[in-house]
Amino acid sequence: MLELKKVSKHFGSVAALVELDLLARPGEILGLLGPNGAGKTTTMKTIAGFWYPSSGQILLDGLDIAIKPEAAKRRVGYLQENVALYDDMKVFEYLKFMAEMRDLLPEHQLERIKEVAERCGLNKVIGRPIAHLSKGFKQRIGLAQAILHDPEVLILDEPTAGLDPNQIVEIRGLIKEIGATKIMIFSTHILAEAAAICDRIVIINQGLKVAEGTPDELACLTASQQYYLEVAAEPSLVAECLASYGLTAEQEDPQLAAYKIIFKNKEQRLQLAAALARAGLPVVEFAPQNHGLEDSFRQLTQNI
Amino acid sequence: MIINDPHAVRSISVLVKKELAGYFNSPIAYVVISVFLVIVNWLFFKPFFLVGEVSLRGFFDLLPWLLLFLAPALTMRLWAEEKKSGTFELLMTLPITTWQAVLAKFIGSFIFMLLILALTLNIPFSVASMGSLDWGPVDGGYLGAVFISLIFLAIGLFMSAMTKNQIIAFVGTLVVAFLALVAGSSFVLSGMPDLAAKILAGAGLANHYANLAKGVLDTKDFVYFFSMTFFFLWLNARVLEARKW
Repeated sequence: MLELKKVSKHFGSVAALVELDLLARPGEILGLLGPNGAGKTTTMKTIAGFWYPSSGQILLDGLDIAIKPEAAKRRVGYLQENVALYDDMKVFEYLKFMAEMRDLLPEHQLERIKEVAERCGLNKVIGRPIAHLSKGFKQRIGLAQAILHDPEVLILDEPTAGLDPNQIVEIRGLIKEIGATKIMIFSTHILAEAAAICDRIVIINQGLKVAEGTPDELACLTASQQYYLEVAAEPSLVAECLASYGLTAEQEDPQLAAYKIIFKNKEQRLQLAAALARAGLPVVEFAPQNHGLEDSFRQLTQNI
Repeated sequence: MIINDPHAVRSISVLVKKELAGYFNSPIAYVVISVFLVIVNWLFFKPFFLVGEVSLRGFFDLLPWLLLFLAPALTMRLWAEEKKSGTFELLMTLPITTWQAVLAKFIGSFIFMLLILALTLNIPFSVASMGSLDWGPVDGGYLGAVFISLIFLAIGLFMSAMTKNQIIAFVGTLVVAFLALVAGSSFVLSGMPDLAAKILAGAGLANHYANLAKGVLDTKDFVYFFSMTFFFLWLNARVLEARKW
């Protein structure tokens, strides 16, 4: 279990993180969401041991990582944002170097490098100089070195940034697979991605945690649920029906029975659907207008 | 503090290997070596045949000034490049201490420097073939060159840790190393108050080197070279540690 207790990080007079509490359990994928500059990367670098927190504690299985940072680092795998590798090395050379730095037993190194290269789809390029490879491959090498020593904790900072859609699907699959047994924290600014893979999401803004929950919980945070309704009938008939339920609707087009409706809850939505059916009005389209998570995100992170 | 477990020894040796590979993988290293050797040989042998004396004094008078340029060329990229490319971040999240990383980079550059110095051995051997050479000062001179290298490399590594820009690291090292070299010279000391002159004479590199180049081995000089080297390595580790806060 990885626990952040009131972790703050200051750079001079700028507070990048303010008393952040975070809990990550094995087998649970924790997503860090936030606008650019919210403190996601700062959080991850601090956990990875790149720098110390200005105050607060980071506990790995109850032990403060500041007491024995090297021992803690052994248990963490880290993929940095904008992955940087030793470009003058070949892929295999690089992974071998990392395996040695990570203290893998010499007799296991080859086998493990093979295994990880296979998993990250690096077999084709294993003998090529890193400098010649595409961004997608570099990202995979970054991921490969992060999981090489089979760490208990994986910190992945925007692992899908800059990849093409096929690669994104592959990497997401890999994250899900690995995350099933590890403590996994990853950051992204793609909301759909967070909703798709995370078990729990923490939204941070300006160094503060502003929300935490499952993707569904967060999607429901914003009360407003906007729907688009289109009925193949006289607008006046539909307007009557809407009025009888006390719903405020905005007509999209005066000729057409098409409305934007804001419901207060699911009840209201069901009532309206039933009423339209009873009145025999054929519904052409009745669909949510936006993703709830996106709404929550915007509401929580808009800097007013 | 530096080496407290077998992990550390292994990590350092792995890093040293990586640093050395970094030198040999880059064409710049070969250019630097070639240029250095050509210049050393040229500058030494040109007056040598005019004077016609079987002695390496000229060579060892010259060497510190050439090391002044060679050492920063070897160290300037060591931290600066890692910082600029971003590999520094990953390096610092590996299970090694800052001290171990500093030491590994230092040892790597030192081994490379030893290799270059070894490549200048053609000079004493060709001189020896021309007459009877007194090897005492030659051994002392090389020992002095090794010690100067230690200090210059430590300064260079420290400067490289201060910046992302290799040129700044190079010039910064040149300036500091130059000051260290001339601090004890009589030109600087003349006209100084007594106490300041005494301190500078002790702190300057040149006098300690001159002792060795004469073939005089004194503990004082050893202590001087090792403590100066340690001081800059310590500063280096401090600078990198301070960044974490």
